[in-house]
Amino acid sequence: MDLVVNVLSMCIPFSVALLLASLGEMFNQRAGIFNLGCEGVMAMGAFSGMLVPFLVGHGGAVPMVYNALGFLLAGVIGALLGLLFGLVVITFRAPQGIAGIGMQMFGVGVAGTLFRYFVGGTQSVPGVPSFPIPVLSKIPVLGKIFFSHNIVVYLAFLFVLLSNFILFKTSWGLRVRAVGTHPRAADSMGINVTLTRYESLLVGGALAGIAGAYLSLCQAKMFSDELISGRGFIAVALVYFGHWNPYKIMLGALLFSLAQTFQSVVQGLGISFPYEFAVMLPYILVIVVLAFSSRDQKSAPASLGKPFNREIRT
Amino acid sequence: MDDKIRSLRMEHITKRFPGVLASDDITIEVGEGEVLALVGENGAGKTTLMNILMGIYQQDEGRILINGEEVRFRGPEDAFNAGLGMVHQEYMLVPNMTVTENVALGYKKAWKKGILDLNMVRSRIMEISEKYGLAVNPDAYIWQLSVGEQQKVELVKTLSLGARFLILDEPTSALTPQETDELIVLLKKMTDELSIIFISHKLQEVKALSNKVTILRHGKVVFNGNTDDYSPSEIASKMTGHEVKLPENNDEASHGDVVLEIKDLCVRGDRGNYALDGLDLSVRSGEIVGLAGVSGNGQKELAEAINGLRKIEKGEIALFGCEIGNKKPRSVIEQGMGYIPEERNIEGIVPPFAIRENLILKDVDQKPFSNKSFLKKEKVNENAERLQIEFDIRSAGINTQSGSLSGGNIQKLILARELSRGAKFITAVYPTRGLDLGAVEFIHKELLKKRKEGVGILLISEELDEIINLSDRIAVIYKGRIQKVLEKKDATRARLGILMAGVKEDE
Repeated sequence: MDLVVNVLSMCIPFSVALLLASLGEMFNQRAGIFNLGCEGVMAMGAFSGMLVPFLVGHGGAVPMVYNALGFLLAGVIGALLGLLFGLVVITFRAPQGIAGIGMQMFGVGVAGTLFRYFVGGTQSVPGVPSFPIPVLSKIPVLGKIFFSHNIVVYLAFLFVLLSNFILFKTSWGLRVRAVGTHPRAADSMGINVTLTRYESLLVGGALAGIAGAYLSLCQAKMFSDELISGRGFIAVALVYFGHWNPYKIMLGALLFSLAQTFQSVVQGLGISFPYEFAVMLPYILVIVVLAFSSRDQKSAPASLGKPFNREIRT
Repeated sequence: MDDKIRSLRMEHITKRFPGVLASDDITIEVGEGEVLALVGENGAGKTTLMNILMGIYQQDEGRILINGEEVRFRGPEDAFNAGLGMVHQEYMLVPNMTVTENVALGYKKAWKKGILDLNMVRSRIMEISEKYGLAVNPDAYIWQLSVGEQQKVELVKTLSLGARFLILDEPTSALTPQETDELIVLLKKMTDELSIIFISHKLQEVKALSNKVTILRHGKVVFNGNTDDYSPSEIASKMTGHEVKLPENNDEASHGDVVLEIKDLCVRGDRGNYALDGLDLSVRSGEIVGLAGVSGNGQKELAEAINGLRKIEKGEIALFGCEIGNKKPRSVIEQGMGYIPEERNIEGIVPPFAIRENLILKDVDQKPFSNKSFLKKEKVNENAERLQIEFDIRSAGINTQSGSLSGGNIQKLILARELSRGAKFITAVYPTRGLDLGAVEFIHKELLKKRKEGVGILLISEELDEIINLSDRIAVIYKGRIQKVLEKKDATRARLGILMAGVKEDE
C-alpha cells in the first residue's frame, strides 16, 4: 500500500514538466505550427530559471521571489525563442520539422554553453519548497498523493482547466483553432493568420520555458546537460496522444510519469532485472499507445506544418 | 456604416500574377437589387476579380467605387464592413468547429473582451435562418454536414455578418440538381433586399437568376448585356468564342456482345451498410449505358467495386467474360478497363507530378516508356507532347504541375491517359462535374468517338441532360439497386425524375 501511495504521489509532480510543455506544444499545433524544438526551449528555460536564484544566493538559500523571477525569465526566454521559431517558419516559411530540429540543437547547445560560462559545474539551488495545503494534505492517502506538492504543481494542474477555457471559450482560442485547420477560411473571415500563429508560438514557447524551469527549480534543483533528456520530444508525442485536447494531454502526461516512477521505484526495490529494460518501459509505452490510439483525426489541426500564403494556392 | 449599397463599380481593374495577366482592364457595374452573372470558362479570371473585390488580393491598377465613392480594402474585414460578403467556391468553413463557432469567427460583436458569447451568435444564426428560410443546425460540426448543408451554412454565415451585397462563386458546382433548384429559388427571394454577383458557367442558372451578364475571357471583358435579351446558346458562344452545340448520340443502338456483366452485386459502403444490394447491370460493346440517380445511392461504391477499389461481398462482375470482382486494380486495368474517377484531384492524378508524368501513370513499367526499369525520357515526352495537342490540354508545357491546371484541363489529362492507352471499356464517373461548356463539349465528343470505336462505356452522372444526350440505354439506380433500365427513346426527364425518386412504375 505504501508503495502504491509512494508511486502515485511521486508521479504527480513528475508529470508537471511534461504537462506544461505539452500544453504549450498543443497551442502551437492547434495554430498549425509543428515545433519539434520544444526540447531546446525547455533546456534554455531550465538554465535561465536556475540562473537567477543561483546568482543571487550562490547556491545558498534565497527568498521565494527570486525563484519566481527565475520562472519569469524562463517564460520570457521561451517566448522569445517561440518568436524566433515563428520568424523562421512563418515569415520565411522554412520546413517546420527541420527548423524544429535546429531549434532543439540550438537550445540545448546554447543552454549548456551559458551554463558553463555562468555556473561552471554541478551546483544545486535551493529550489521551490513543497507546500502542503493545510487541512487537505492531512487527509489520509489522498492528502499525500494530491496535496503535498510544491505550489507550481497545483498551478500547473489549474492551468489545464484554463487551457481548455482559452481554447474553447475565448475568441483567441477560436482564432487559433481556425488558423490551424483552415487558414484560408480564417483569412477570408478577416482573421490575421500570421499574427495568430506568432501569438500561439509566444504562448507555446513561454510554457516550454517554464516547463524547463520547473525541472531545474522544482524537480532536480540543479542544471545539467542531460536534465531535459528527451522530455521535449515526449511532450510532442503526448500532444498527438491527447488529440490536441488539454484533458487528454494531462492524462497522457500522468500515464507516462506513472510508468516512469514505477520503473524507478521497481529499480529501487532491488529486483534483479536489467535496469536498461526498466528505463525503456515508459518510452515503449508511448510508442505502443500511439500505435494503437484512435485514428480519429476529426479534431486534428488539418493544416499542421503547412505555411500559409494568401496569394499562392496549394 | 452605409445602409444600402445602391451601386458598386469596379473600374479598369488589372492584376498580374507571375507570368499571368489574370485581370486585364476589367470594368463591371452592379446596381441596387440587381443580379449580375459573371460568366466565363475556367481560368477566365472570374474568381481573381472577386477576390480583389473582397480585399483578398490587391489590384495592380484600377479602383473600386461603392455608391460613387472610392473604397480601398486592405483585407476581407474592410470588405465586410462595407457590407460585402462572399461565398467562395471551396467553402471557407473550418471542419472541426461547429456552425456557431464558424460564424463567431467573423462576428466580432460576440467577442466580449476576449470571451466568446456563443449564445449571441446562435441567436443571430437563428434570426437569419428564419428570415431567409435557410434551415441550419447551429451546433452541428461542419464535418458532419453534406455539401448542400455546408452551402447553406456559408450563406447564413455571410448574411449573419451583415452582408448587403452577395458574391457567389460557382455556388452550385458541388450541389445535386435538387439542391441547385432550391438554391435558385432562395436567391431569387433574397434579391428583394440584396444585390448579387453570381459566378457560373451553367447557363440555365444564369438565365434563371440574373438581370445582367458580363462575360470574361482570358482576363478581359468580352461582353456585357441584359440577360433577357440573349439565349443560352448565344451566351455560350460568346463565352467560348465559338458556336457550342453539345453533341448527341443519335445512332442505332448497339447490338454488340455484352462486355460488362454485373450480377447480384452486394457491396458495403463506408459506414458498413449495404451500399449496393443485389445490383444487376450489363453493358454491350459500342454502347453507352447511363447510370442516373441521386448521388449517394451507390454510384460511388459501384464504380469502386468495378475498378477493384472496393471489396465485394457477394455477386459477380465479369469484364469480357473474366471475373474482376475483388481483383487488384492492376489486373482490372490489364483486363482493358479505363477509369475516369469521381475525385479527379485525388484519384485521377498525382497533383504535384508534371503533366508528362501523370500521362504515363498506368504504364510506368511498360514499354515504350520503360526499359528494364529505366524511364525513357524521350518517349515519355513524345507521348505528352502528342496527347497535349490531341486532347487540347492547355498549360504552360508538359512539365507543368498537374495540380495547378484548371478542372477542365485536369479532366482532359485524365481522359487523354485513359483513352490513349487502348482501354476497351470505360467507367466515367461524373466526368463533367464543375466543368465549363467548352470542356463539356470536348469530353462528350471524345466519349461518343470511343463508342463508335466499339468501346463499352458506363456513364455515371447526375446531369440528366448529359445522360439523355449520350446514352443508348439508361439505368436508374436507387438505394443500391437498379430501379429500371430504359431505352433511349423511352427516357424523358420527367420519367427519369420519378424513377430516381424511388417510385416504382406499374406496368
